[in-house]
Amino acid sequence: MLLVVEQFLNGLQFGLLLFLLAAGLTLVFGIMDLVNLAHGSLYMMGAYFAATFAAWTGSFLLGALLALGATLVLGIVLEMGALRHLYGRDHLDHVLATFGLILFFNEAVRLIWGPAGLALPLPAWLTVPVPILPGIHYPAYRLAIIVVALLVALLLYLGVMRTRIGMLIRAGASNREMIGALGINIKLLYTLVFGLGAALAGLAGLMQAPILTVQIGMGENILILAFVIIVIGGIGSIRGAFLAAIFVGMVDTLGRAFLPNLLRQVLSGAAASTAAPALSSMLIYLLMAIVLVVRPEGLFPANRR
Amino acid sequence: MKAFTVSKAATALMLAGLVLLPLYSQLSGNIFILTLFTRIVILALAAASLNLIMGFGGMMSFGHAAYLGIGGYAVGMLAQEGVGSGYIQFPVALAASALYALVIGALSLRTRGVYFIMITLAFAQMAYYVASGLARYGGDDGLTVYKRSDFSGLINLGNRTQFYYLCLACVFAVIVLIWRIANSRFGLVLQGLRSNEQRMQAIGFPAKRYQLVCFVISGMMCGLAGALLANNTDFISPAVMYWTRSGDLMVMVILGGMGTLFGPVMGAVVYLLLEEFLSQITEYWALIMGPLLLLIVLFGRGGIMGALGRVGRG
Repeated sequence: MLLVVEQFLNGLQFGLLLFLLAAGLTLVFGIMDLVNLAHGSLYMMGAYFAATFAAWTGSFLLGALLALGATLVLGIVLEMGALRHLYGRDHLDHVLATFGLILFFNEAVRLIWGPAGLALPLPAWLTVPVPILPGIHYPAYRLAIIVVALLVALLLYLGVMRTRIGMLIRAGASNREMIGALGINIKLLYTLVFGLGAALAGLAGLMQAPILTVQIGMGENILILAFVIIVIGGIGSIRGAFLAAIFVGMVDTLGRAFLPNLLRQVLSGAAASTAAPALSSMLIYLLMAIVLVVRPEGLFPANRR
Repeated sequence: MKAFTVSKAATALMLAGLVLLPLYSQLSGNIFILTLFTRIVILALAAASLNLIMGFGGMMSFGHAAYLGIGGYAVGMLAQEGVGSGYIQFPVALAASALYALVIGALSLRTRGVYFIMITLAFAQMAYYVASGLARYGGDDGLTVYKRSDFSGLINLGNRTQFYYLCLACVFAVIVLIWRIANSRFGLVLQGLRSNEQRMQAIGFPAKRYQLVCFVISGMMCGLAGALLANNTDFISPAVMYWTRSGDLMVMVILGGMGTLFGPVMGAVVYLLLEEFLSQITEYWALIMGPLLLLIVLFGRGGIMGALGRVGRG
């Protein structure tokens, strides 16, 4: 029972983290029609910034805030310097160009921070276990991630659905030319959306950093997961991204936690212990393949045109 | 059509260079360059096969590296089980690739656009994890191929020069085949589907069937490259199926010029030589390579072939 609740919460936490990453990706994709493989690099930069700033300032929170700002700025610079010129081009061009950016970011990080990973230690007040149910404790930090991510999701929802900028973003997603013709500064809007996406990716990276080590290439695996999520959820749909992210987070975490035991009932011990990790990694891709075969446009296709 | 163009001259130059390379390697005693170019030629074969579906068929597969792994593992696993004959290994590699392509093609072709890119990627990642889970065949660490495929009496793959020429011959054969396909009725239907699928369907062509056949042919070609690759490195690991490898292949195709016959070969040669060259100058070669790719996309439409064509006209 304890294990089930704990793994369930871990799944939720991972799913919410994935949502932060996928939300930025799906916004950029839905509005600018840009396939940004370098989104994972922004996630990685968020983690590196946080580790560096936290070490400088000596405070986890201050470091996290500075890192958030830094990824926002980095995203805006990246958009204005390079990606802006890719809008309206073929998706393949996006893949190629942002693939180049991944190479660049990985190498830049190796040059600046060295090949060894960094650690981002947590302050003492975030490491205590918190009782969530009678007799069940859960790490405060993971709980904090859940709370922060839910808060961000709520803010994002309110921002997109209830504010003027959000209205422009939605309008941009459904008809780009039209809102340009109505006199909206699209360039500025695009830069803003990209910066927002970058900041969300950075937030995901810096929150994940204390759990895993901060290392080169950390953004790539999770980027693929984020892509899986937006494809399952339907490209351009934040609601779809949210539900798909929770779903994928759960499937991945619960699969990793319980599949080895399940397999051991069927297979011999040695075979099960090697097959289980591979099988649980496959689970998500299998899920995506099934979804795409049944619903080729994803579960919640954003209404296009 | 002009008889002489800059792009034709460049292609001829490159091909002549590839053919004469072992001679140079022999004369200069530089064995490394032959090993390097064997790898380049094999990956050029993979890039050419990807070009068949991307350039002519309009199917943007982001999971092409899976075939490299399948072809490679077919050779490696059979060798491990004591079947060393290339006459068995290579057909099995091709058949396995074809089967994989048939299944994932049938499923993936239900989607289009970015969804197609992502679903092919998902399947390739699945193949990657399957290979990582094969404990008997090395799992994550990969599988050493202790003995190269045995084509007794015909060719000795252990001989560098013979192996290089075998790989080069495979590339030429595949390019001739792609050329024949592109100009056949089948190829014209495919290219018609690339430009306007709805219209072709309205005329009465079963779109998916044509695309699926093309997808399978391309997969088999890349499976061949995989079988050669395992022989070249005497080693196969899940890493050859990782998604960045699929990205590399895409980059080669686009860099060289998508939808041209020799573009992918040119792209593979230039990309891998550039990588080799830059990594000799600095350990941080990707720092230059990354932005270079970005610049190529921004300013070099149509890849190298496109640029050469413009030079020819200008």
